Amino acid sequence: MKTLALLATILTGAILLYGTADFAPWGDPQSPPNRHLSTYYIEQAVKETHVPNLVTAVLGDYRGYDTMFELVVIYCAGMGVVAVLRRSDS
Amino acid sequence: MKSLQALAKDGGGDNLILQTTIRLTVPFIQLFGLYVIVHGHYSPGGGFQGGVLLGAAFILIALGYDLPTSKRHFPVRTNAILANSGALIYTGIATLCALLGGYFLDYSILTRLLPIDPIEWRSLGIFLVEVGVGLGVMCIMLSLYWDMASGGQMEEGL
Amino acid sequence: MIWQLDLLILLMVVICAIATITIRDLLGAAIVFGAYSFLLCLLWAEMGAVDVAFTEATVGAGISTILFIAAIFRTTRRSKD
Repeated sequence: MKTLALLATILTGAILLYGTADFAPWGDPQSPPNRHLSTYYIEQAVKETHVPNLVTAVLGDYRGYDTMFELVVIYCAGMGVVAVLRRSDS
Repeated sequence: MKSLQALAKDGGGDNLILQTTIRLTVPFIQLFGLYVIVHGHYSPGGGFQGGVLLGAAFILIALGYDLPTSKRHFPVRTNAILANSGALIYTGIATLCALLGGYFLDYSILTRLLPIDPIEWRSLGIFLVEVGVGLGVMCIMLSLYWDMASGGQMEEGL
Repeated sequence: MIWQLDLLILLMVVICAIATITIRDLLGAAIVFGAYSFLLCLLWAEMGAVDVAFTEATVGAGISTILFIAAIFRTTRRSKD
């Protein structure tokens, strides 16, 4: 069983490593992910939101829906633990 | 290999060095957490990281002293209220934007409430939302620790 | 990006990851996992993703280690396999 698990792990790792060969080079401005939306955010985010930190502008405004459900996920986790474990009256 | 419960019983009681260190460092950790939330517009950070730092400060009190002390500093009822209001601030602002006639989460429509520049409202809306995230994350991290360390009894922990 | 520093941190990340799954004592494994998170945080800060590094340092090395230790405190310290 253990050798089987090891084989499965090595196979998955090899496939993932093979997949990284098709990734864009690190920090390449001409790579496809950096040519579509990144240029718009870099040029317009400060003008449109007055937030100098682009990460905060994207997380809080352009991708606010994502951050909202991130908070909801954490909230559900906390409420789930409270509902399952808490036994005090206070 | 002794179990953690036995270790906690043996070395139990109050440790002066630990408690003094925690008493001195907790205010600075909280101040740094507030700074991370408020200064998220200009430097790395934001609601999530700042909220985790604030929660870690309270967890540090619970670790160095005991659970009742941390419950005295931050009552369970306040914790529940703040955790709910944190989530409510975010979703409330998002719904308010939709109710005022704009898109969901489009903060610039809030200019109908308070007439300032719509672009300034987008900046301010991000800040309000980050405060909500910080409040919620802080309370939920602390309540997660309370429940997991005490097994739900909320009387004695690590 | 300095590739020597990158290689050193990556090597230590792999060592910590293997140590985490081989250590029998679960408390030691939790602590080594905290070190693993911190090394990943160093790697991200070195690659320029400061926000991700910040989140990893607070959540991965801070809160999750404490939650692991709390779970070990309520269960057992010995690993079954």
